[in-house]
Amino acid sequence: MAHLSQAEVRKIAHLARLALTEEEIAVFQVQLSAVLDYAALLNELDLDDVQPSAHAVTQQNIMRPDDVEPSMALEDVLYNAAETQDDQFLIQSVLDE
Amino acid sequence: MDYATATLTELRASLRRGDVTSVAVTEAMLDRIVTLDNSLRCYLTITDELALEQAAAADVRLARGDDAPLLGVPVAIKDIIATAGVPTTAGSKILEGFIPPYNAHVVDRLAAAGAVILGKTNTDEFAMGSSTENSGYFTTRNPWDTSRVPGGSSGGSAAAVSAGLAFGALGTDTGGSVRQPASFCGVVGLRPTYGRMSRWGVIAFASSLDQVGTFGRTVADCAALFQATAGYDRRDSTSLDAPVPDCETLTGDIHGLRVGVPREYFVEGLAPEVEQAVRAAIEQLAALGADVREITLPHTRYGLPVYYLIAPAEASANLGRYDGVRYGPRVNGKDVIDTVEQTRSLFGPEVKRRIMLGTYALSAGYYDEFYGRALKVRTLIKQDFQRAFEGVDVIAAPTSPTTAFPIGERATDPLSMYLADIYTLPLNLSAACGLSVPCGFDSAGLPIGLQLIGNTLDEATVLNAALGYEQATGWHRVASPVMASGER
Repeated sequence: MAHLSQAEVRKIAHLARLALTEEEIAVFQVQLSAVLDYAALLNELDLDDVQPSAHAVTQQNIMRPDDVEPSMALEDVLYNAAETQDDQFLIQSVLDE
Repeated sequence: MDYATATLTELRASLRRGDVTSVAVTEAMLDRIVTLDNSLRCYLTITDELALEQAAAADVRLARGDDAPLLGVPVAIKDIIATAGVPTTAGSKILEGFIPPYNAHVVDRLAAAGAVILGKTNTDEFAMGSSTENSGYFTTRNPWDTSRVPGGSSGGSAAAVSAGLAFGALGTDTGGSVRQPASFCGVVGLRPTYGRMSRWGVIAFASSLDQVGTFGRTVADCAALFQATAGYDRRDSTSLDAPVPDCETLTGDIHGLRVGVPREYFVEGLAPEVEQAVRAAIEQLAALGADVREITLPHTRYGLPVYYLIAPAEASANLGRYDGVRYGPRVNGKDVIDTVEQTRSLFGPEVKRRIMLGTYALSAGYYDEFYGRALKVRTLIKQDFQRAFEGVDVIAAPTSPTTAFPIGERATDPLSMYLADIYTLPLNLSAACGLSVPCGFDSAGLPIGLQLIGNTLDEATVLNAALGYEQATGWHRVASPVMASGER
């Protein structure tokens, strides 16, 4: 039985960059464990000789001509950004001083 | 004739004959939306000005004898499909106010076909849900009983078509999100083969499963929208470069059609009245000359767990892009990581739950146990369908195990909500296509859907089977109470 600890829930939340409340952590601990228990149904199958399928329809190496085409206008690209400066997306400093 | 309650194909004929103008019909539809949508809540955004402009332009073209396939016909678009200059939220607060700079390919195709866009319809957030209760904005009501859900995630589109608030609509179907709400709302909903419809401009949920689908009040309406929007698009690398067959001149003749009935779809959990209606529908197919036989899809019971590992895994990767930098609102925190985390708190609970599940399934130490196993079982499910289609042309089954459930009934129990899609999601894992067509009502007067599943790229065969069934039974002529209330 898959039983996630609260520490595991916190770790997953950190990996996913989700700031969960204590209440959410408690709820997700129960709900995610229930879904993972259900997923344990797959353990009854012998899958040693089965190839994985990542897609519904198998297609490979779809090529197109490498033609130069106009890009989207800069104002359109920046239009939905929360903050911009000098025609660039503005975020807080990433590197320490 | 009340044009607001005509079918899409009837309206199209009237427009071409000049019996009515697109502006008059569009105004009537917008009036209906103003009157009825305050209580139904199908639409997140009503594009009234755009619709009237498009209708006026369509009338000019109609007067010239232009016969573009949807010229002047008012339709609706699920709000997960990008519309240039028109807000597109995917039902999420994290995209509140987002205005796409370009149209999805299918929206460009609708425009080229001359359609009039009435607005953007409600959806579970990022299409994750089966009831629209996970929308970040509000819950859409079922036009047959407004205390019940319309199904989901494309519940706004299904309800709008059922209530006569659009002549047809686009949705998306990742695990049943077109077929299940079509079933709950008593309309026809087609989920084409993966790769048949371009995903360009469709906000990604689970990229290997997502596909645009079409809603109509009749099979012909649904087919007309499919015909106008399907086909190859080089901007989507998973788009299939295959010709789209003519689905608008189907006869409904199903003599000799080999129909398989999968025994694994008639099991515990299937509501008796749904089973009764679906079995009666299958008898009707036999009466129309189909060769009906029992088949087996042995890995059906694994579909749900496979889906709930693969779809969240893909979603957790796709939704990584919502960080408040390039689009959507930003919630500023103490540093850049905190800002990203605070911004992502705008996701609703179901989206967070699936991101968590997917992140776990892909994380070091668990990848092989969960995601890796799920991909292998996906192969077995695909092979089930491939083997079945060696012996039959169409698979007939229920669309959903129950009719529309009351709002709130399953909202706090994710697993019970997931079960609403148990008969639809195996198809998404495979290369099949399918639709839901109305096949009767339960004792509470709620619609029941018959699911018809076809082989890869064989939408014409499932549409033709559905057409034959529809012609013989006429369930589509029973209007929802909301639709009927608009008739004068």
